[in-house]
Amino acid sequence: MSAITVYVPGDAAALSVGADEVADAIIAEAKRRGDEVRIVRNGTRGMLWLEPLVEVATEKGRLGYGAVAPEDVPALFEAGFLAGGDHPSALGPVDAIPYLARQTRLTFGRCGVIDPFDLDDYAAHGGLAGLDKALAMEPRAIVDEVAESGLRGRGGAGFPTGRKWLTVLEAEADEKFICCNADEGDSGTFADRILMEGDPFVLIEGMIIAGLAVGAEHGLIYIRSEYPHAVRAMQRAIRVGYERSLLGTSVRGSDKRFDLAVRVGGGAYICGEETSMLESLEGKRGVIRAKPPLPALKGLFGKPTVVNNLLSFASVPVILAEGGDFYRDFGLGRSRGTQAFQLAGNIARGGLVEMAFGVTLRELIEDFGGGTRSGRPVRAVQAGGPLGAYLPESQFDLPMDYEAFAAAGAMVGHGGIVVFDDSVDMAKQARFAMEFCAEESCGKCTPCRIGAVRGVEVIDRIIAGEERAKNLVVLDDLCELMIDGSLCAMGGLTPMPVRSAVRHFPEDFDRPAAAQAAE
Amino acid sequence: MPYEAWDESRATAIVEGYRRERGGLMPALHGLMEHFGYVDEGAVPILALAFNLSRAEVHGTITFYRDFRREPPARHTVRVCRAEACQAVGAEDLADHACRSLALDFGETSEDGEVALEQVFCLGNCALSPAVMVDDRLYGKVDADRFDRLMVSTVGEGRP
Repeated sequence: MSAITVYVPGDAAALSVGADEVADAIIAEAKRRGDEVRIVRNGTRGMLWLEPLVEVATEKGRLGYGAVAPEDVPALFEAGFLAGGDHPSALGPVDAIPYLARQTRLTFGRCGVIDPFDLDDYAAHGGLAGLDKALAMEPRAIVDEVAESGLRGRGGAGFPTGRKWLTVLEAEADEKFICCNADEGDSGTFADRILMEGDPFVLIEGMIIAGLAVGAEHGLIYIRSEYPHAVRAMQRAIRVGYERSLLGTSVRGSDKRFDLAVRVGGGAYICGEETSMLESLEGKRGVIRAKPPLPALKGLFGKPTVVNNLLSFASVPVILAEGGDFYRDFGLGRSRGTQAFQLAGNIARGGLVEMAFGVTLRELIEDFGGGTRSGRPVRAVQAGGPLGAYLPESQFDLPMDYEAFAAAGAMVGHGGIVVFDDSVDMAKQARFAMEFCAEESCGKCTPCRIGAVRGVEVIDRIIAGEERAKNLVVLDDLCELMIDGSLCAMGGLTPMPVRSAVRHFPEDFDRPAAAQAAE
Repeated sequence: MPYEAWDESRATAIVEGYRRERGGLMPALHGLMEHFGYVDEGAVPILALAFNLSRAEVHGTITFYRDFRREPPARHTVRVCRAEACQAVGAEDLADHACRSLALDFGETSEDGEVALEQVFCLGNCALSPAVMVDDRLYGKVDADRFDRLMVSTVGEGRP
């Protein structure tokens, strides 16, 4: 009897709830019974509430069992799970689970499906098709294809990727760089991490294509140090890339060269800001730079540099493989293609949902997410990370679209959606936004460095009920100053969660003065 | 994780391995962290020489980043996430519990040097919050009970 393939995710989130122990238990139990199994440590499918999600390759396709605990394993064998036997944790064909079946997986299509470090498996699932096309194209044609797709920066700012690449292509220089921002520091986001651990070659492929497009031969991936597991995954994939001539002096046997390395951050949130990241890559303090000059013209070591978010690069291979118009056909308005939304916080079915732009918050939170994990009503969601707005239920029908969100005083950001139930204290959340800014400010701009500290103090006075009306005016004025007087999004966007909390949840800021409460 | 004791010639050799890398100061600092668990004050002139920087510039970089400890680390580092997604499912209660049960505040190390408690803002496990990292290992859905069991299995017996 030939070995049966069993998939047990090696993704950090799956490991955080016992995937290694489950894999060990399966190996031990198979040995005890004399069953032959081949364990593949895949990435996660993104259905994180089902982790560890074990899959068995059967004649009926890949059948899932989740969430599996190590102590469930003997019973799974008893139930004949290697042949797809029934068990309380059985989920049936994984691809048919509605959470997954309803998604449009353009960027994450292989994630959780393949062995992340097997380049042949990657190629067998459509990988390298984009790169092979790009290798036969003129640089300008590659840039045009990306521009045609309508792809905008997935880090949050939404700048058209094609236009950025064109600027770098047209810049004259003896060398150029490709820098990937994988400093995914926003709470509620984990798509970058999942992709690095589940399909690292798609990032490598995207960055090589960027190099071909603009004439750059060096790439760096800046990964935050809080992701040790992703750092190891990316380094391992890069090693395979060199061994298999995907990277190095002769990319896929061509005369093109591309070198790629991982750089690890130092635990500073601000290094997710592109100019701060460049400073860090140069070995300096992560203090942001004023723009202009744009990094596209004067970036790493003063050379023209493409700085893109990981998901922007990872979207490029499918754009090249299928054509810019294919990608452009998803989405709405000026938000084209798909976005990896991440459902987080107090949510029953947290995970990754890749959908075309235009899906509403309500569909994401209710249909996909299944409401709160606590079972209490949803009161607020924070969309777009710590610098994104808090939105009440009345805003849940907003379509996910850069412009629609901006018009509502919110932002799509990196696609993170953090759900809070009705026990949340929004004044406390507003205070935290200021506290976080004070903690993480690089210190360059006074309104950010000092304004955030003053912000915490003002909110404390409001919470204590001291001269509430006057202090709300002070807070609003402070927010205005931070927006106008900060060079980057740290100081410039911290007012977004603060102001949205005040606007949508004024009752949380209306507290009796401490003295009155004591009476 | 056993670390080597600080040794100047060993440090010089480690730094040498990064000298040719452009902007190699950050990787060199991580290299020192990996070997010694911290960046000794004695590393500053070595790094300055290797990268042709002033000692002030090296000091500036070291002190900007939270990761670059300047004193030997505890044997185990427990990091509790306090960012929004974890807040939404009780991270503050967990943080209080961690401080109480380890009898440490965030940023403190136990007197015997066994365990350090740190706060962190996001470990990328936001769908399985609250998240905790012990040394390099990530844990999800950590409530007070799981935290206590985790401490026994990682930090060791005789601790909560």
